[in-house]
Amino acid sequence: MKPIISLSDISKTFSNGTIALSRMSMDIGQGEFVSLLGPSGCGKSTVLRIIAGLGEPTTGIIDWPTSTYNAAGKPERDIGFVFQEPTLMPWATVYDNVRLPLRLKRVSQTAGHERIMDALAMVGLSKFATSYPRELSGGMKMRVSIARALVTRPKVLLMDEPFAALDEITRNKLNDDLLRLWQDQHWTVIFVTHSVYESVYLSSRIVVMAARPGRVVTDMAISAGYPRDDVFRTSDAYNEACRNASMALHEAMDVADHL
Amino acid sequence: MNTANIGSTPTAPIDTVELARARSQRMTEIASWALPFLVLLLALGYWQWAVVHYEIKPYLLPSPLRIVQTLGADWQLLLPSLVNTLEITFGALALAVIGGGGLAILFAQSRWIEMALVPFAITLQVTPIIAVAPLIIVYLKDVTLDLGFVTLSDVTLQLLTCAWIVAFFPVLSNTTIGLNSADHNLRNLFELYGASRWQTLRLLRLPAALPYFLAGLKIASGLALIGAVVAEFVVGAQGAGSGLASRIQESAFRLNIPRMYAAVVLISLTGIAIYLVTSWASHLLLRRWHESAIRREN
Ligand SMILES: Nc1ncnc2c1ncn2[C@@H]1O[C@H](COP(=O)(O)OP(=O)(O)O)[C@@H](O)[C@H]1O
Ligand SMILES: [Mg+2]
Repeated sequence: MKPIISLSDISKTFSNGTIALSRMSMDIGQGEFVSLLGPSGCGKSTVLRIIAGLGEPTTGIIDWPTSTYNAAGKPERDIGFVFQEPTLMPWATVYDNVRLPLRLKRVSQTAGHERIMDALAMVGLSKFATSYPRELSGGMKMRVSIARALVTRPKVLLMDEPFAALDEITRNKLNDDLLRLWQDQHWTVIFVTHSVYESVYLSSRIVVMAARPGRVVTDMAISAGYPRDDVFRTSDAYNEACRNASMALHEAMDVADHL
Repeated sequence: MNTANIGSTPTAPIDTVELARARSQRMTEIASWALPFLVLLLALGYWQWAVVHYEIKPYLLPSPLRIVQTLGADWQLLLPSLVNTLEITFGALALAVIGGGGLAILFAQSRWIEMALVPFAITLQVTPIIAVAPLIIVYLKDVTLDLGFVTLSDVTLQLLTCAWIVAFFPVLSNTTIGLNSADHNLRNLFELYGASRWQTLRLLRLPAALPYFLAGLKIASGLALIGAVVAEFVVGAQGAGSGLASRIQESAFRLNIPRMYAAVVLISLTGIAIYLVTSWASHLLLRRWHESAIRREN
C-alpha cells in the first residue's frame, strides 16, 4: 500500500549553522499512530513543521503520494496541527476559536456550524461553545485546540507534545479520548512526545530519534492491539514495550554523547 | 487545613478567613474612590474657610464658592469656549487615531516601510510643539478646508494640526507594538490554513493590538487636550473660534482671577471626564478576555 507521507533523506540546517535534521527518512502509512520519541532538541518539532509545510527542508524530498498537487507544485495537505500550548485566541469564544480554520478557508458560517458543533462534541465541550479561553482549565483549553484541528475533518493529525504541560490525570484522560477518536475516525496521527510511557500507550509505531544531528535511530512497532485501557497499562506487553523504547532512547542519547 | 472545606457541599462551613478577605477587598474598593473624594472635600473646605477667615481678596485667591458662582455667572461666555476646546480636542484625537492607527497598519505591512518612516515620527514627537507651532501658523495662514458639511478656518486647521502632532505618537507606537505582539504559534496556524494577508490582519493582528491601541488611546486623549490648550495659547485664537485657553489669557489681561480659575476648573474636569470615558471604554472592550481588565481572586 502507498504511504500517505514519505520523507526521504530530509536534512535541515538553520542559518545559525544548527543541523537540526540529518538525512531522515520514513514512510507514514494510512491509519498509523506514529510517535516521534526523542530527547529535547533532537529535531522532532522541526520534522513536524516540515511535514506541515511550515518550513522547507534544506535537502531531501517530502512526498504525499496519495494527495493532489496544485499548480505551484505544493501538495494539498489535509492536516490538523496541535501545538504544545493551546494557542487559542483569547479574544474569541471557544466556538469562534474552533471556527477559525473554516473561516480562513472561507467556509460560510451556515455550512460550518455543524462541523464546529461536531468537533466540540468530539472533545466533549459542546456546553462551552460561548465560553472564553480564560474561563477554561488547561485540559479544556487543550481540548479546544484539538477541536480546532479536527474541524476541517483532516485525514492526518500532527501533534507536537500536545499534553506535555498537563497534569498526569488530565493527560491520561486526553490520551484515552484521543485513542478513541483515532479508532472511530480512521485518522493517521503523528504524535511528538518525550515520554516513553505516553508513546507506548498510544502508538502503533514508535520512531526514536537522536540529537546533534537529529536523525532516526530506531523504528519499532508496538504490536499490542486496540482498544487500550488501564489494563494494558499494567500488562506485561506494555512493560516490555516500555523497556524496549527506553533502551532505544538511552542508546540514542549515548550515541549523541559519544559524538 | 480543613479537608471538609474542599468542594461546595450544601452545608459548607463558614470560612472566616475568606470572609474577612472579601470584606477587606470591598473596603479597598470603596476607599479607592472615597478617600480621594474626602481629601478633596477637606481641601476645598479649608480653602473656603481660609479665604473667608483671612479675608483674602478674590483677585488674589477666589474661594471655591466664588469660583462656582463665576462658573454660573459667566456660563454664556465659557460654554462656547468649552465647546471650541472640546471640538479641537476630539478632532485631534480622531485624527490621531486615524493617522496613528493607519500608519501603524502600514508599518505592519512591511518592515522596510517601518524602518524608513519611524525616525520621522519620532522627530515629530520629540520636537516641542511650541517650537513648531509658529511654522504651522505661517504655512496654514488663510488656508481653509471645505469638508462639505463644514468649512474649517485657518485657525481651526492650525489648532488641529498642533494638537494632532502632540497626540498621535502614543497611538502609533502602541498600535505598532500591538500588531507585532500576536502569538507566533497562532501566526503559524494562520499560515498553515493559507490565511491571506488581510485575514491575518483582521482576525489576528488587529485583535491582538486592541489592548495596546486602547492604552495608547488613553494617553493620546489626555495629550489631545493638552495639545488643544497649548496650541491655542500659541496660535492665539480670537473671536468666535476662541477656546478656554483664550479665556484664560483674556482674563489674566483683565486680572479677572475668578474667571481664570473657572476656566482652569473646566479644563481639569474635561481632562478627568476624558480619562474616565476612555478607561471605561477600554474596560468594556477587554473585560471578557484581557488580563488587564480581569479581576483575580488572589
Ligand atoms: N528557527 C531556528 N533557528 C535556529 N535553530 C533552531 C530553530 N528551530 C530549532 N532550532 C534548533 O534545532 C534543533 C532541533 O529543534 P527542535 O526541532 O525544536 O527540537 P525538539 O522539538 O526535538 O525539541 C535544536 O537544537 C534547536 O535549537
Ligand atoms: Mg519541540
